[in-house]
Amino acid sequence: MSNAVSTLQGKVAAGEVTVREGGLRGMITFRGDLSNAKLKSVCKSLTGFGVPEMGKAASNGDKGVAWMSPDELLILVPHAETNAAIAAIEKAMKGQHFLAKNVSDARTHLTVQGLFSREVIAKLAPADLHPDSFKVGDFRRTRLGQIAAAFWMTDDETFEVICFRSVGQYAFDLLAASAKAGPVGHF
Amino acid sequence: MSTRLALGGRLVNKNKAVSFAFNGKNLRGYEGDTLASALLANDQMLVGRSFKYHRPRGVIASGAEEPNGLVNLGKGSTFEPNQRMTTTELFEGLSATSQNHWPSLEFDVGAINTHLSRFLPAGFYYKMFIHPRPFWKYVYEPIIRHSAGLGKAPTEQDSDTYEHFHAHFDVMIVGGGISGLAAAHSSAQTGARVLLVEQTADWGGRAVVDAPKIDGLTAQEWVNKTVQDLESMGNVTMRLRMQGSGVYDHGYVLAYERLSDHAPEMEGPRHRLWRIRAKQIVTATGAIERPLSFAGNDIPGVLLAAAVRDYAINFGVSVGDRTVVVTNNDDAYRTAIVLKNAGLDIPAIIDARTAPEGDLIDEARALGIRIEFGKAVAKVKGGKRVTGVEICTQAGEGAVLEEISCDCVAMSGGWSPVVHLWSHCGGKLNWDDVQAMFRPDPERAPTGADGLGFVTTAGVANGHLFTAEAVADGFAAGRAAAKAAGFKSKAGQAPLGECAHEGPISAVWLMPQGAKHALRSKAWLDFQNDVKVSDVQLAAQEGYESVEHAKRYTTIGMATDQGKLSNINGLAILSKALNADIPNVGTTTFRPPYTPISLSSITGVAKNELFQPIRKTPMSDWHAANGADFEPVGQWRRPYAYIRGTETVEDAVNREVVNTREKLGLLDASTLGKLVVKGPDAGKFLDMMYTNMMSNLAVGKCRYGLMCSENGFLSDDGVVARIDEDTWLCHTTTGGAERIHAWMEDWLQCEWWDWKVYVANVTEQWAQVAVVGPNARKVLEKIGGMDVSKETLPFMQWADGTLGGFDARVYRISFSGELSYEIAVPASQGAAFWELLLAAGQEFGVMPYGTEALHIMRAEKGFIMIGDETDGTVIPQDLNLQWALSKKKTDYLGKRAHERSHMADPNRWKLVGLETLDGSVIPDGSYAIADGTNANGQRNTQGRITSTYYSPTLKKGIAMGLVLHGPDRMGEEIEFNKVDGTTVRAKIVDPVFYDKEGAKNNV
Repeated sequence: MSNAVSTLQGKVAAGEVTVREGGLRGMITFRGDLSNAKLKSVCKSLTGFGVPEMGKAASNGDKGVAWMSPDELLILVPHAETNAAIAAIEKAMKGQHFLAKNVSDARTHLTVQGLFSREVIAKLAPADLHPDSFKVGDFRRTRLGQIAAAFWMTDDETFEVICFRSVGQYAFDLLAASAKAGPVGHF
Repeated sequence: MSTRLALGGRLVNKNKAVSFAFNGKNLRGYEGDTLASALLANDQMLVGRSFKYHRPRGVIASGAEEPNGLVNLGKGSTFEPNQRMTTTELFEGLSATSQNHWPSLEFDVGAINTHLSRFLPAGFYYKMFIHPRPFWKYVYEPIIRHSAGLGKAPTEQDSDTYEHFHAHFDVMIVGGGISGLAAAHSSAQTGARVLLVEQTADWGGRAVVDAPKIDGLTAQEWVNKTVQDLESMGNVTMRLRMQGSGVYDHGYVLAYERLSDHAPEMEGPRHRLWRIRAKQIVTATGAIERPLSFAGNDIPGVLLAAAVRDYAINFGVSVGDRTVVVTNNDDAYRTAIVLKNAGLDIPAIIDARTAPEGDLIDEARALGIRIEFGKAVAKVKGGKRVTGVEICTQAGEGAVLEEISCDCVAMSGGWSPVVHLWSHCGGKLNWDDVQAMFRPDPERAPTGADGLGFVTTAGVANGHLFTAEAVADGFAAGRAAAKAAGFKSKAGQAPLGECAHEGPISAVWLMPQGAKHALRSKAWLDFQNDVKVSDVQLAAQEGYESVEHAKRYTTIGMATDQGKLSNINGLAILSKALNADIPNVGTTTFRPPYTPISLSSITGVAKNELFQPIRKTPMSDWHAANGADFEPVGQWRRPYAYIRGTETVEDAVNREVVNTREKLGLLDASTLGKLVVKGPDAGKFLDMMYTNMMSNLAVGKCRYGLMCSENGFLSDDGVVARIDEDTWLCHTTTGGAERIHAWMEDWLQCEWWDWKVYVANVTEQWAQVAVVGPNARKVLEKIGGMDVSKETLPFMQWADGTLGGFDARVYRISFSGELSYEIAVPASQGAAFWELLLAAGQEFGVMPYGTEALHIMRAEKGFIMIGDETDGTVIPQDLNLQWALSKKKTDYLGKRAHERSHMADPNRWKLVGLETLDGSVIPDGSYAIADGTNANGQRNTQGRITSTYYSPTLKKGIAMGLVLHGPDRMGEEIEFNKVDGTTVRAKIVDPVFYDKEGAKNNV
């Protein structure tokens, strides 16, 4: 798979808040009845986590799961294991109405890390990012500037951001410019 | 003269001098000054010229309501016109120039307009500049443009940066005066998340100038204590230099934070636009003092009474040595008392009321100040500076009783609550006859989705002009807002305020009340736009009864201050002239923003490369490095052509077409939409979405499909592939991917919610390359891994496999008429796959081609293009695509619409090919002319061009167009208009110009 490269090939904008392209991540759009026992069980076996509640995500390293809509999950796995994970879903869900598609390469994955990373995101996203309202374990499908994006936190200073691959450069530049402009001093 | 006093100046640091320049003159002020106070301290009373008559203008106010003191601020890349000097904090090196004068501020040729004012009445523009018609363009407009206009336009790009910030609160309080502070305190004590903003650099508002007592403390002490309390609470955000600019639906508020206007050397953004969601909003926005309307009230040196004492107390600046106070209320007496105590002369207080009583009147009298009741200013004397006032009785017509010499007039016509933010989203007002003011009606607040109010108004802004009521009302408003936001805890004890007892105001809209025309035509309402009492009266006389019409006719309230000083006085004059009550005349609409905010703050970070997102494919970097001349397609940038050496774009396009037809071309087709549709009902669903049948497509095969809107118009097209028993992959146009995805979800979620279908947009998962031309198969065979022969992979089929080591899905489809494969590989490998094809294709004459070559080749084959042959009014039948309209299906989107009489009309223009007789290219957008003219005297038409190109294959111009009865008129010649006014003859032909039998693809 030496031919496979991520959108920005690990580009970094270092500073008080550092923006970093996170490389290739395995991502699967998994649609189905979220209360279905087989769906729940395959989600757990692939990611180590159960089906999250609305607005929530759980992740550990490359593996994780996020609530995307009432009938859609985002499954995170190591990039090289994506097709195997889809095969596992297809096997488990056989006979059910579902959809599981590899969207790993349709995405750009970025991390935003630093003391005021929360404010960098809040400059661009209309979601409520107050520490009482958005913590590790929360997940938002929203927008950054003029593009669709989603994000969650892995610790108090680190955001994981995903957006479409085609606008990866825009998202990176937007986050880097907002980080460079400094803290707001609000949160 | 105006000068700096020895004492006073609570906001200025007299140990820190600051140098600045005004009109090139170097001056000095102090840290803490505004540009206005610093200019007054330097006796610079004349600061600009009015808009229409170029009258001399001095500062009239001390805050955001200032209409006159506007300057060009800064230079080069930090230049900004129309900056209010009363809200511009002084900084070292500030450079300002006055506006709207020629040749100089002191001597202005345009001021002759004031002597012509008899000829420049209200509505003058409407009346005078209509006839003769050509005069507008060549005479009137150039003259008006020269004489009108405020600041200059910047000549350089802004070098500062700006940003947005989103924040959510339970309660947002606008205004950091005592009411706002009390509101913040009470709401914060309930545990609510609170934001308090104040547009100036200091907390406390007017109270700290007028010094009442609160909870036994001086106003300043109470403000300090409250601010300290609030700062210690974790749930309160406090921001100075931040204006609540606009209130919108659903508790959305825009707030404008000026971070470094006062200190340009600071790092970081200059302005920050806060985009706030608040469950509840409290507007504690205070009040604005009204001018009085008397002749000469616009002469520099006539100021609002409160502004005169602001300059004395806040900045230690006296506007004049001898100040005449003219008023209809007690509050203005404070100015007389402050000035007298500062050792300045108050020749008289002119009070229009006949027998007022109050603590302040007693205090002024005790200081030995002469007070004249029932009197008025007949006229202010002076030109560029007040020299005196003529006194008359208020009840009369202006007969002069005496002249008092003075160099400053402090006027007060009462106070108008700042109801702007209350009103932005629909809050209603009541007229308070006793206090002569519009004030918010708490029963008619702006309402949210639940039908309940989401804005509470507090304190002075709510019509409570006196300290005790204002501070108590603020406290109650904060508590009520927190409760409405869901916070029920106790808020503690309300603060107790006390201040001097004041007697009632008497409404005075004109001074003297019987002023004759000569006086009325010099009594200004709108100082920036030069609207006088006589103008509004004339508008009423000419039938402008609606306040909104009168506003536009006279231009009252249309200046950059949006009538903060003029509106109430103007509509009072209008109501008098109409013989109607003020509340029946009503106010004009209050629109955000409260004061002008910088356009750059609205832009935020979205400038230069961040102006808008540009979508890139995995191969975009290669294109950019290899001569691509990009064109926008939606938000994508696609190579239009790849320029080599010194060739022109046209040369490149022609080379790419010829090379693809003769050898081998590569197209980056990654941008085409790819939607996966899966489920037991997917076939049924696609049969509804497409006009032709998709449910019976065999697994492994492809079919071209059309999509119509429910109104029957052609919306999108593309090739659909059946992937497995319950999965289809639908290709859309580049610009249609997101739109069609949303369209499918719309139908699935809103109409056919019980159909078992899932859709996923996988457009960007794949890099897709079209390998096109007679050598296409050869290059694929060379890289190897899949059987791509005619037998194994015939036209309109697809197969999965490995090509050159890449996981690939190969579609045998063609948009060029050539042997063609579209190959999808995972996007992360797209760049490598593209490079592999280029390297392997060398021996076969490979060249990448752009979108223009793509367009030409499809037009040579007579293939339609969504957006060229369609424009939202075209149906499939217009394009002779009846074959794609299924007759077997009982329904599909657009089917019933196609049966409407207009859709089935045989006179609809239909698609044909067009060839000029001389081989030239017909201009894009050209119309086919017909005999005669229509009702508007325009030439009749019988068709139009939809696509037109030079075909390098056929070496002549080719075109497609929609022509009346076109398909029945093969061989007929018609004329198309050209840009130069002439026409070109073209023959109607079959739209398939090249390889009609399809032999090139059948290999």
